[in-house]
Amino acid sequence: MPNLAANLAGIRSPNPFWLASAPPTNSGYQVMKAFDAGWGGAVWKTLGVPVINTSSRYGAIHYRSNRMVGFNNIELITDRPLADNLREIEEVKKYFPNHAVIASLMVETKKEWHQIVKDVENAGADGVELNFGCPHGMCERGMGSAVGQEPSVLETITRWVKEVATVPVIVKLTPNITDITEPAAAAALGGADAISLINTIQSIVGVDLDNFAPYPIVDGQSTNGGYCGPAVKPIALNMVKNCAQHPKVGIPISGIGGIENWRDAVEHLLLGATNVQVCTAVMHYGFGIIREMISGLENYMQEKGFEKLDDFIGKALPNVKTWENLNLKYKVVAEINAEKCIGCQLCYTACEDGAHQAISLPGNGSRIPAIIEENCVGCNLCSLVCPVEECITMVRKDDGKEHETWKDYMAADKAPTQFNDDRAGGKGHWVPEPAAALKQ
Amino acid sequence: MPEFYPPTTEKDIELAFGQIKPYMNPTMAHYESSRCLFCYEAPCVKACPTGIDIPLFIRQINTGNVDGAAKTIYNSNYFGNICGKVCPTEVLCEGACVFNHQDVKPIEIGRLQSFATHHVIETEKNLFRLPPNNGKKVAIIGAGPAGISCACELRQLGFEVEVFEAKKHPTGLAIYGCAPYKVTNEDVLDEMVWLQGQFGFEVLYNHKIETAEQIKGLEASYDAIFLGIGLGETRSLDIPGQDLENCVGATEFIEQVKINPLKTRVGKKVVVIGGGNTAMDAASESARLGAEEVVLVYRRPKENMGAYGFEYELAKSAGVKGIFCAVPVAIIGNGQVEGARFIKTKTENGRVAMEKGSEFDIACDTVILATGQEKMTGFLSLIEGLEWNKDGSIKVNAETFQTTNPKYFAGGDAVNGGAEVVNAAAEGKQAARRMDAFLNKA
Ligand SMILES: Cc1cc2nc3c(=O)[nH]c(=O)nc-3n(C[C@H](O)[C@H](O)[C@H](O)COP(=O)(O)OP(=O)(O)OC[C@H]3O[C@@H](n4cnc5c(N)ncnc54)[C@H](O)[C@@H]3O)c2cc1C
Ligand SMILES: Cc1cc2nc3c(=O)[nH]c(=O)nc-3n(C[C@H](O)[C@H](O)[C@H](O)COP(=O)(O)O)c2cc1C
Ligand code: SF4
Repeated sequence: MPNLAANLAGIRSPNPFWLASAPPTNSGYQVMKAFDAGWGGAVWKTLGVPVINTSSRYGAIHYRSNRMVGFNNIELITDRPLADNLREIEEVKKYFPNHAVIASLMVETKKEWHQIVKDVENAGADGVELNFGCPHGMCERGMGSAVGQEPSVLETITRWVKEVATVPVIVKLTPNITDITEPAAAAALGGADAISLINTIQSIVGVDLDNFAPYPIVDGQSTNGGYCGPAVKPIALNMVKNCAQHPKVGIPISGIGGIENWRDAVEHLLLGATNVQVCTAVMHYGFGIIREMISGLENYMQEKGFEKLDDFIGKALPNVKTWENLNLKYKVVAEINAEKCIGCQLCYTACEDGAHQAISLPGNGSRIPAIIEENCVGCNLCSLVCPVEECITMVRKDDGKEHETWKDYMAADKAPTQFNDDRAGGKGHWVPEPAAALKQ
Repeated sequence: MPEFYPPTTEKDIELAFGQIKPYMNPTMAHYESSRCLFCYEAPCVKACPTGIDIPLFIRQINTGNVDGAAKTIYNSNYFGNICGKVCPTEVLCEGACVFNHQDVKPIEIGRLQSFATHHVIETEKNLFRLPPNNGKKVAIIGAGPAGISCACELRQLGFEVEVFEAKKHPTGLAIYGCAPYKVTNEDVLDEMVWLQGQFGFEVLYNHKIETAEQIKGLEASYDAIFLGIGLGETRSLDIPGQDLENCVGATEFIEQVKINPLKTRVGKKVVVIGGGNTAMDAASESARLGAEEVVLVYRRPKENMGAYGFEYELAKSAGVKGIFCAVPVAIIGNGQVEGARFIKTKTENGRVAMEKGSEFDIACDTVILATGQEKMTGFLSLIEGLEWNKDGSIKVNAETFQTTNPKYFAGGDAVNGGAEVVNAAAEGKQAARRMDAFLNKA
């Protein structure tokens, strides 16, 4: 059996799956239930001066038959008194000494930061996470993403915390910024032991067409919320990768954003996260999804011969390059498996109208399209729209011997530089005459 | 125009017995698994006698962890593939699916289950690691679903196990009984081979335990004995003409169909007597083997049939006709069956009463009696101190499956009086755990 034990900057947990600071970690009851179900750690719902929340707090994007592919909230930090939370943290740690309990914190003054860090350490927290990410409500009060968007302020507050903290300090970043590596580097500079990302993305998930107000509606009005759930994974993955590759960051990462199953988690790890945190998926399906996540991760590790997480954390990073370093001599072409094809012709219309007119219809009564290999640029579109597993595959056509990148092209003066340059990639590529569109 | 002709080639057999739950391909499995809601304390799990964590395995299929899905299934039920195909899912897991409440088609749990388990069987995947032997030995009588499940679980608990089977093939009625359009013999045997590969136990075939000496021998060499002997032959009726040629018992008829369908001769006009699932199967199978007319006769009204509604529908779709409220009084013929005589009945306060003077004959050349299976009390009386209930089912402690002779445990049809493969699988496994608790108690 592979060993799933995780260690984020000295915070150990039996597996890399933590609950993110959010409603699922609002109380000792929930955290205890989650640990019992198999979760390895929990970042407590952000502590600070307790708030008052609105009623009507969430909105969501449903895509076709799938509910909550994107989720949005306008909730603030904890609305429960600090003393209650501290007592419950202590109790959870008594039952689960080997699970990770991290206190998420958000306060204003240096004095408050010093005080609350000591308080949660006394309660037995294994680490603290500084919430510089919340993009709604708290930022209006100069906290949350207001800090995360100001690298120098972020660095200062991190230093304040490090002055007193004896447990590892994680800085949680907001994605509502142009370059995530700036606040990440500032956190490292301020002495943070790790960063976690992403918090939610500023969003409006939809508008009520009858009442002329966005969701979630609070007495006829609304405000922007924070976006999360499966839809945000691609943004999170990119930011995790950016931080993992940046030389000025160099501290471990806790990956968050759109994680719902073992695959999502492995993706975060492959791009450099040391562990992962989950919120929306638990709000949707409950703590029970951990069974699938652990089983899937174990199975994956066994298949690949990985004994521990370190065997594959960051393993995809060397393969994430800047565009200019990609091999321009690599050539793939679509291939349709006629036996699997069900004749929907989605590939045909996608390529015809949305790509390179490289798919033809047989016109003999059959509904199975064919690839026009000369026209296929290998964009993948048809294989992406095809609803049948492994029906359209992209087949490599070059012999793998040539390797030339844009950088090489530039150096060898082979790259197009003029508007009508003969070296243009699409020069000579067949396209139908414009008027041919009308004849059909 | 009849739908089916008497088959003469393997190909004909395949057509006559086309699978009603064929394997899903990966695309189907992906879309179907996407529909699962991952219900909390899912009703499907409660409805499965083996308690498979269904939402979990469906989610595992959906996330591409098909091996993990199979493991989840086999952790609860060693007959994962067979059950996926032969379980009456309409009244078990799929019947409990919450989609039914919205008139949306329930998740095809059985087929997803077979998709995952068939995958590991096909790829000869190793999913289980066995502990070192614990030094104890158990003999299992009967290689049916109950006995084999018991064997697998015992191996996982470190026991040495030997299985004694009277017949030539393993899996009992799974191979000799379950309708050929539900599961193929090949699928049944493949799962058995896979199980033996995983759990490493011997089955001695053509090895009927039938004498007191054999029993004494087993008692001397094993720490405990599990009885998974199932039920006996078709129970005969107390009417004249039963020994005419072409008057056969349903289980015997079906066994022939399963083992040698091309050599099974059904007549042109078949009368099947009975109202249980076995009667439905015998009728369907006769029709599919080319009988021109198949009539099912049941002594009470249609609603009182023991068979599941969908089983009767299936028989009707193969061309079977039902006659209700009539009991046979004689099988008529001269050497060969020429017909059967019935008398009409009335059911009052649950009791069947014959209506005087209402006799009628149905001309036919084959009669199949689906009137229940005998119990194995003759065999059971060889075991000292072993008791059975009035109906002939072995008396056990309902929780531990231990019999009145503490050395013996029992499960499956022999205990529950005749249920489904999934019940036998559940009981065999449960009995194994209780044997372990009994034999290894501190
Ligand atoms: C016609 C028919 C159709 C069925 N269809 C379905 C279906 O579609 N779905 C479903 O779930 N269930 C179905 N069942 C029921 C299901 O097959 C049984 O419930 C199940 O097989 C019972 O398992 P078991 O292990 O208790 O007994 P069995 O399957 O009967 O196995 C008992 C085994 O013990 C052996 N044995 C008995 N005595 C001795 C002895 N003295 N020495 C050595 N070996 C011995 C027998 O040869 C046999 O192999 C059907 C049953 C019948 C009769
Ligand atoms: C209702 C709600 C409340 C949240 N509250 C907090 C919070 O108090 N502190 C915090 O750091 N993040 C908070 N988050 C953000 C989550 O911790 C997490 O970063 C984000 O939801 C992305 O992960 P996901 O895609 O798994 O949901 C909240 C998210 C939601 C949906
Ligand atoms: S064993 Fe039978 S009842 Fe249980 S989940 Fe599988 S198909 Fe459904």
